[in-house]
Amino acid sequence: MSHDTATPVTTPALEQTVPQVATVPGPQRVARRRPWRVYAVRVALVVVWLGSWELAARTVIDPFYYSMPSQIWNRLVDWFTNGTSQGSIWTNIAATLEEAVLGFLLGTLAGVVLGVVLGRSRFTADVLAPFIKGANAIPRIVLASLFVIWFGLGMSSKVATAFVLVFFAVFFNSFQGAREVDRVLVDNSRILGATRWQLMRSVILPSATSWILASMHVAFGFALIGAIVGEFTGADKGLGLLINHSQGNFDAAGIYAGMLITTVLALGAEWLITQLEVRLTSWRPPAHTASSGI
Amino acid sequence: MTQMHSSASGAGPAPAISLSGATKRFLTKDGTPFTAIRDVTLEVAPGEFVAVVGPTGCGKSTTLSLISGLEGASEGTVEVAGAAVDGIPDGVGYMFQGDAVLPWKNVLDNVALGLRFRGMGRREADGLARDWIGRVGLTGFEDRYPHQLSGGMRKRVAMAQSLITEPSVLLLDEPFGALDVQTRELMQDELLGLWSGTGAACVFVTHDLTEAISLADRVVVMTAGPATVKDVVTVDLPRPRRVEEIRLTPEFIELYKRIWDSLREEVEITRARGASRVA
Repeated sequence: MSHDTATPVTTPALEQTVPQVATVPGPQRVARRRPWRVYAVRVALVVVWLGSWELAARTVIDPFYYSMPSQIWNRLVDWFTNGTSQGSIWTNIAATLEEAVLGFLLGTLAGVVLGVVLGRSRFTADVLAPFIKGANAIPRIVLASLFVIWFGLGMSSKVATAFVLVFFAVFFNSFQGAREVDRVLVDNSRILGATRWQLMRSVILPSATSWILASMHVAFGFALIGAIVGEFTGADKGLGLLINHSQGNFDAAGIYAGMLITTVLALGAEWLITQLEVRLTSWRPPAHTASSGI
Repeated sequence: MTQMHSSASGAGPAPAISLSGATKRFLTKDGTPFTAIRDVTLEVAPGEFVAVVGPTGCGKSTTLSLISGLEGASEGTVEVAGAAVDGIPDGVGYMFQGDAVLPWKNVLDNVALGLRFRGMGRREADGLARDWIGRVGLTGFEDRYPHQLSGGMRKRVAMAQSLITEPSVLLLDEPFGALDVQTRELMQDELLGLWSGTGAACVFVTHDLTEAISLADRVVVMTAGPATVKDVVTVDLPRPRRVEEIRLTPEFIELYKRIWDSLREEVEITRARGASRVA
């Protein structure tokens, strides 16, 4: 992060452009070895992008529709110093984050438990397969409207939306992970006297962990989407409400500002999940981790 | 078709392992039954070391899965220590062909695994595990993960992991097949050293005839698949043996010729069926 030495305006925007490149490889070891030139070019790209946008908005295009970096920056400063139309920005961030994190945790827990159980029980999996596929085919965003009717405008309807999005992402991966456990490892542990529960804890779960962790990267993004869409549908606070409100006021800068804050939240969560991944998979040969990142 | 009992059969103690007319059929993916072994009859006495040789893919390993209870027999009976096998019997150890140590556990935890599964406390299990790690020559590597070890060292971990549970029946499925020749001979010696005096009945599956004769009291020759017992040859070479020395003796060479004559026919049948039949 020591490379973010450009103007403060570019810092969040720079991060917005980076995730595909910087976070997917996982181990920061790889990132650290990357030559400084990569960072220099990235900074240059962001400067050119924001600079041309600002320039175009001041000359050719209409900033009323497209806004411009300086307006977005001013809106962010305004939100963080004077608060928003919906109260303090921190209250709104906290609300969205709380919904997303709760939905993420519950969805991950349910997805892992059900995925692993069905992954190890062929009969139950065969019975439930069409129902799960059917449920997965439902456009789940639409459920947000239903959840507002069920759970009201409070937090629980947003948690529910985040939950259904997270659940399926995690479920399918942990199901596959539990299914792909090396047969020899299972047989060996059974011979060594493992009970069903010991087998689950010592063999199946650790083996499925890399699958589960992979899905968690995507899942937190889904949780944020769920929370924000839920707030769009109807809420009394949150970033989704803020963005929705900006839309109502034809305030493009407000929409961008909300987007930017959401992105920073997602990147922060992504970083935490990567830390968790590094910790949980320390037993893996480094070559494996590196190659999976490329 | 034929079967032989160890010379000391009769009204003595129950054999450690007893297969009688054991047949195993699997359903293949397209629904047709596939017979892996048929009508296998074999007895192994406590403390006896039996090597099973046969052409590649003939179903030697299936015999071991039946004894270990990982698979049930389709026909016939399988007994371990006089009791019919139903689930995994007590006192069975199994060394697999591939890597079977848990990659997410270090050497110490891997070796202690069997004891921990059986409910032994951590401190006691770790103590015994350290002792066994010493016996297989891995002291100093307790904290390493399997991927940080060489193939031979991983086999040592697997050996300690199996033997720490003090099995009375030890099943080995080409455990050294993937190792280079020098390491393999070293591991064969280590195995004989660790096994001697334990009184465990060993069944060692291999396609390497030299390995079979060097280690075993009896060599069982299996037919091309579906496998059954073709021939049983007693190896009356003295113990304790040094595998790299014993294979130069005239007695060894004599035995090798005799067993190879029997095995060669089966290998040729397997070859003639072509690679498509090799499971």
